[in-house]
Amino acid sequence: MEKVVNQKAWFLVLPVFLIVAFSAVLPLMTVVNYSVQDTFGNNQFFWNGVGWFKELLDPSTDLGGRFLASLGRNLLFSAIILAIEVPLGIVVALSMPRHGWPVAVCLVILALPLLIPWNVVGTIWQIFGRPDIGLMGYVFNSLGFNYNYVSNDIDAWFTVILMDVWHWTSLVALLCYAGLKSIPDAYYQAAQIDGASRWAVFKAIQLPKMNRVLLIAVLLRFMDSFMIYTEPFVVTGGGPGNSTTFVSIELVKIALGQFDLGKAAALSLVYNLVILIVCWLFYTVMTNAGSERPPKEGVA
Amino acid sequence: MMHSIPGRRIIMVVFLFFLLLPIYWLVNMSFKTNTEIVTTMTLWPHQPTLANYKRIFTDESWYSGYINSLQYVILNTFLSISFALPAAYAFSRYRFLGDKHLFFWLLSNRMAPAAVFALPFFNLYSALNLFDTPWAVALAHCLFNVPLAVWILEGFVSSVPREIDETAFLDGYSFPRFFIKILVPLIASGIGVAAFFCFMFSWVELLLARTLTSVNAKPIAATMTRTVSAAGVDWGLLAAAGVLTIIPGALVIWFVRNYIARGFALGRV
Repeated sequence: MEKVVNQKAWFLVLPVFLIVAFSAVLPLMTVVNYSVQDTFGNNQFFWNGVGWFKELLDPSTDLGGRFLASLGRNLLFSAIILAIEVPLGIVVALSMPRHGWPVAVCLVILALPLLIPWNVVGTIWQIFGRPDIGLMGYVFNSLGFNYNYVSNDIDAWFTVILMDVWHWTSLVALLCYAGLKSIPDAYYQAAQIDGASRWAVFKAIQLPKMNRVLLIAVLLRFMDSFMIYTEPFVVTGGGPGNSTTFVSIELVKIALGQFDLGKAAALSLVYNLVILIVCWLFYTVMTNAGSERPPKEGVA
Repeated sequence: MMHSIPGRRIIMVVFLFFLLLPIYWLVNMSFKTNTEIVTTMTLWPHQPTLANYKRIFTDESWYSGYINSLQYVILNTFLSISFALPAAYAFSRYRFLGDKHLFFWLLSNRMAPAAVFALPFFNLYSALNLFDTPWAVALAHCLFNVPLAVWILEGFVSSVPREIDETAFLDGYSFPRFFIKILVPLIASGIGVAAFFCFMFSWVELLLARTLTSVNAKPIAATMTRTVSAAGVDWGLLAAAGVLTIIPGALVIWFVRNYIARGFALGRV
């Protein structure tokens, strides 16, 4: 569809621009302001230049060590959950019933975890996983595994990852399902006439058609897993030790716990930048990989 | 109709079971007494009790938490949609200076971690005397909900043929009248989907909601931390509160179930 050049359209966009600028640009300027200053309390600030940023990127300092360690943990976490949730989501989407009431039932149950407040998700898994009162913890221990997410690093990671898979695989599945629904029956009939195998149908028809929704799924899952705070905080509190302290948890510790505004602000900026860069990379790679058609206007 | 794979029924049943089991456990706990929770491992409540729910419904601070949460969620949904609608129309129909950059900038706000904004928001809304009101949380949540709403609605507006606009203008409709009388009814399902998403993300977010409120506008999810006392955690009460926070979401899903899949594709498939 041809778009008309019309500068008056800015008037329609202006409200959105103002409200987002109000809630994004103003606070962000505060962050930038803090990030170059230091304080001894009493609201007296003095110029610190790029000092915090230097410290942040230097693993030998306390701040840098903590930041880079949490960043590493967070990247590992995002990589693991993407590797599990994307294939699993596709499989679940392909397993959806075809028509009738089972579709509605499946959709409602799938969407349920997405609408549970995040700290309640944490609470659910806390209650479910505890070895003394939780079904999962109890079953694992009865089977002879010495499972305890409060004291064991691996168990804590296992719990947090399983929780995220429980919480978010549905999002990937629902997106893929929406993508699959948009494939016209004629494609499948043509494949049948050609005698294509299931795998061939998946590779040649379904996967390319899901390309766009998969991009959205991967981007959303990456962003959200990289910003994760509430759920692991409720379940493990970042522990045992620091083993599940992700970047957001570290940031809140520094900002609201120690009230080190300069350090927290510098961390915020670098953190935000990392997310933007990785999202941009995903976007570029994924749109180039499957680009028989150019991306639709206005996506970015 | 080959969009299925072998063993799909088993996969689906197993996956749904996996989704429901932890929720069942929460519900199960909420009907138990604390003695039963701590001392025995029972798959269903052997001495079912409604005491936990009774405590929530008789204590004012609990149900006011619900009202607070619903207040800012509804306010935010309303704000997001009404701001996003004209912008979505503009992005879908016109080309203007900096449109693509603006669109990406909007989306990039969806990628900003809430933890980054917690402290500056606290300063900002305290300075504006909005701290501890539903407005503070509703406006703060616009940060990620407005871009999302624009993104979703833009897809739906684009699916309305341009000829409809032109015919309406030829018939003498003014722009505001065309917008309200013709465009909004045409994309009603899209508005529903966008509202669902705004509701969802505002309802589940807690970090900002908790930072921006203290007493008067405290959300229900934050009230839950009160179940931890010196004597330990009141597991039964915690579970009952958890169950009650799931119910509004479940109701919303039930009403929009036919649009869910379409909405998750953000109207752009």
